[in-house]
Amino acid sequence: MNPNLSRRHFIKAVIASSVAAASHAGIQSASAVERHRGAVERLISLNINGRTRRVDVLPQETLAHTLRYKLGMTGTKIGCNRGECGACTVLINDIAHYACSTLTHSVRARAVLTIEGLQSTDGTLHPVQQAFIDELGPQCGFCTPGQAMSAVALLKENPKPSREEARQALSGNICRCGAYDHYLNGVMRASGQS
Amino acid sequence: MTDYKHIGKDFVPPDILGKVTGKAKYAEDFRVDGMVFARLYTSPIAHGKVTHIDTSALDTMEGVIGVLTADDVPAVEAPNAAILTNSPAYIGDPILAVAAVDELTAEEAMTRIKVTIEALPFAVDPLDSLIEGGPDAREEGNIFVRSREGSGFRTVKWSQQQVDEFRAGKEPTGEFTDEWSYGDVEGGFANAEVIFEAPFVTTGYAHMSMEARTAMAYWQNGTCYVYGSAQSQSFWMPGLARLLGVEMSKVVLISENTGGGFGSKIGAYPIAALPGYFSKKLGRPVQLRITREQEYYIGSARVGFQGWIKMGFARNGRMTAADVFIIEDIGPNATGGDGSSAGGAVSLVYDPAAMRFRGLPVLTNTTPRGAQRGPGQNQIAAVMAPLMDRAARELHMDPLEIRKINAVNSDTTVYAEQLPVTSAYMTEALEKGADMFDWDTKYNQPRRNGNKVIGVGIGQGYHSAGTKGFDGLIRITPDGKIHLHSGIGNLGTYSYASTTRAAAEVLKCEWEDCVIHHGNTEANLPWSSYQAGSVSTFTHTRANYVAAMDAVDKMKAITAETLGGVADDYDIDGERVFNISSPAQGMTYAAVAARAIQLGGAYSGASYPDDIHEITQRAVQNIAGTGLIGVAKDKLAQEGVIPGLAAAFVEIELDLETGKYDILDYVGIAECGTVMHPQGLAGQMKGGAVWGMGMAGLERHVYDPQNGLPANVGYHQCGIPTYLDVPAVIRTSAVDLPDPQNPFGARGIGEPAMGCSVAALTSAISDALGGHTFGRTPVSRDMIVNHIAGKPQSFKPQQTNNF
Repeated sequence: MNPNLSRRHFIKAVIASSVAAASHAGIQSASAVERHRGAVERLISLNINGRTRRVDVLPQETLAHTLRYKLGMTGTKIGCNRGECGACTVLINDIAHYACSTLTHSVRARAVLTIEGLQSTDGTLHPVQQAFIDELGPQCGFCTPGQAMSAVALLKENPKPSREEARQALSGNICRCGAYDHYLNGVMRASGQS
Repeated sequence: MTDYKHIGKDFVPPDILGKVTGKAKYAEDFRVDGMVFARLYTSPIAHGKVTHIDTSALDTMEGVIGVLTADDVPAVEAPNAAILTNSPAYIGDPILAVAAVDELTAEEAMTRIKVTIEALPFAVDPLDSLIEGGPDAREEGNIFVRSREGSGFRTVKWSQQQVDEFRAGKEPTGEFTDEWSYGDVEGGFANAEVIFEAPFVTTGYAHMSMEARTAMAYWQNGTCYVYGSAQSQSFWMPGLARLLGVEMSKVVLISENTGGGFGSKIGAYPIAALPGYFSKKLGRPVQLRITREQEYYIGSARVGFQGWIKMGFARNGRMTAADVFIIEDIGPNATGGDGSSAGGAVSLVYDPAAMRFRGLPVLTNTTPRGAQRGPGQNQIAAVMAPLMDRAARELHMDPLEIRKINAVNSDTTVYAEQLPVTSAYMTEALEKGADMFDWDTKYNQPRRNGNKVIGVGIGQGYHSAGTKGFDGLIRITPDGKIHLHSGIGNLGTYSYASTTRAAAEVLKCEWEDCVIHHGNTEANLPWSSYQAGSVSTFTHTRANYVAAMDAVDKMKAITAETLGGVADDYDIDGERVFNISSPAQGMTYAAVAARAIQLGGAYSGASYPDDIHEITQRAVQNIAGTGLIGVAKDKLAQEGVIPGLAAAFVEIELDLETGKYDILDYVGIAECGTVMHPQGLAGQMKGGAVWGMGMAGLERHVYDPQNGLPANVGYHQCGIPTYLDVPAVIRTSAVDLPDPQNPFGARGIGEPAMGCSVAALTSAISDALGGHTFGRTPVSRDMIVNHIAGKPQSFKPQQTNNF
């Protein structure tokens, strides 16, 4: 948690976004926007995929929104915008987070890794990406970036997970196509276990 | 088995790289200059009439660009779905849209709009509407019948006694609107050794595709460019043009990637046309992003059933007669047909000697219904499996044996018309699955261990799996590239790509030299089938085959014309056309393509067959003169029903204290003719298995009967299966016997893959509970606990949508 953002503010913002989600599934509550527009520092620096990005961020703005609408990084998907599906999963200091439920202001001074940052500059795919191709992991592909980021987070912490450990680690990522078995095959392959 | 170069081999579909890198663009990922963002205002009540809309507060609101109401779009006759409506018939029915410079502003604008709606009576359970004095979901009536003889509203009411008897599990005596039969049903029951009747309910539930149905559109020189979330590609075009009110030649659809559809995005749906109308009104590109809740509302749902079935069996286990009655919950837009499809599935999968089906489609004010993976076939598969077990038990038979005795085979005749099938090998599927699963051992194992009990079950799935008459289009260019034009959609099955391998097989070319064109009207795509109904594999291996054969014929003719002799003197291999008696004499595909351009006519696409669809004609016109064109309509012989079949075996461990069960083993066997793409087939079989697990125990609609409010609009509330709801390993295989009516023997599989799963699970749950049949999906934990405790369930018999 960013020390500049108090727990109280964080919770209030989450509640505000939940209220909006419950009505018209908005990205922020209208009243909160009115209240905070121009009230705090908005031009902030973010560390995204190893690069410093200067971006104008509203106080209640979620990281998923910033990535997609401010930085044009549409690899991070919004499936539910309420922390249920994991399509928006990114790594923050190597830990998997739902970007739709993370306030952008809270990730200042932290390293954000998105699906766009997995591939090497020379074009080499991350082992998880390659394994997902080899195992035909994706079907429709909409959940794939989130699945990949959860798998990457797991392998950073546990390079040789059991299939059951992988199943638990990815359980926050819904795949409506039901490609779970293929994604798990991908994780096992990426970890050199198949 | 034929030694193919491409068929039956895995390959890397070209779109998968974008999916794993995040570069794949879905509708809401596109941005164009000047684009504005729209949001929907949807009905907060289940049924009503909009009497006033006040958007005056937006006149001075900074950032608001415009408003679109039902007055700005074509009116639609009830009960069909409109783009926007002033007569909302369910919570979530779109009433208006606001466009603004960003989503936040559009969202905020919603809070400043005042919409006055006069409430009307509503119904969320068909039986509540059917009972005398009950509310009608539409002012015009509570029934809508769609038929060739004429469609229309009806009002049908059953007496209190008739509803009570139906709830009590007795044969319905109320009015129905649909009926078909074959054989001597009464005689079949008279000759039966065992007869039983059973009521059933299969609750509807949301499709909940991962990608909500966002769309973006703009107009350029009179053409509307639509970036949509489309399950099909070319098949969308006529409907999309109709919705937009323009000629088909004035619409371009871009849908390279679609985040799931499962039947909910087969054809162009009304909301996909909203950005087109809004863009025309504003003169700017408009993107309408649909939220998760709105996707629940307008993203459609499976048809629910409330039914009754009577079955008779001879001493040897053969089903002598079946009598099926189904009340369909067809939502507010009268989108159903699942009931009759379910009856058809009974006739095919279990082959009763005689059968009758009766149906009644009832309107409700719940989310609109639509085809969902095995519409009808999969609901009835869930119902039938435990009943087949019951028959086996009463006849002292093994559940596997009674299924084999009634299994569909290549000589079976099906449906009311008793049509032939192209081929069917259900017995082989059952035997293969039983072997993989080790049925005999698992069926005869000790079942009880403390509060845990083992259950085993068998399921069978079916859906028709092919059609015919669509076009194929390929092109060989002077650089030697083989361009495979695929007009089917890309929703994750990879069949848009795997079916083009039929053309590559005919052309005997290297896959690396092939380029697939898909996902964009401007990629010059042929008229192709809907990407649904498990049809694409059968249908488009045929279409690609005929196009490639046309190309081969032309290449031989060109070579003969250039090098001498006649076409029959030549054959192809190694991307060369060569003289059979003197193989060194020949031309490369690249050289033939260059020559085709010189020769023109049909070779280069300057002319083309009269019988190809206008969409294909336009595609050929656009690529004419760029290479050798192979184009043809599929007129290959085809007769009878094309079945996609699957069998599944499952073992569960059920906790008698909590009602929770774990799936210990799952084996799914595909019977879809020749395997085209092993990895893709495994993906469909496993994904279908997960869907079946969701339907069997988790997914359902919940509507508040007092206010008509949906209580589960999110993923978890809907019960979408997660990693932890399904086994870590799902085993699959295939019978892999060719179908005679496809050049490569292939049929489809997507939907049976689910039907066999849900059936195997309802069978296994029943087995674990000593043969108790709930006659209901989903079988929730509280239902199991209540049953074990001998307590009544929390819902009335036959109640639906509200437990």
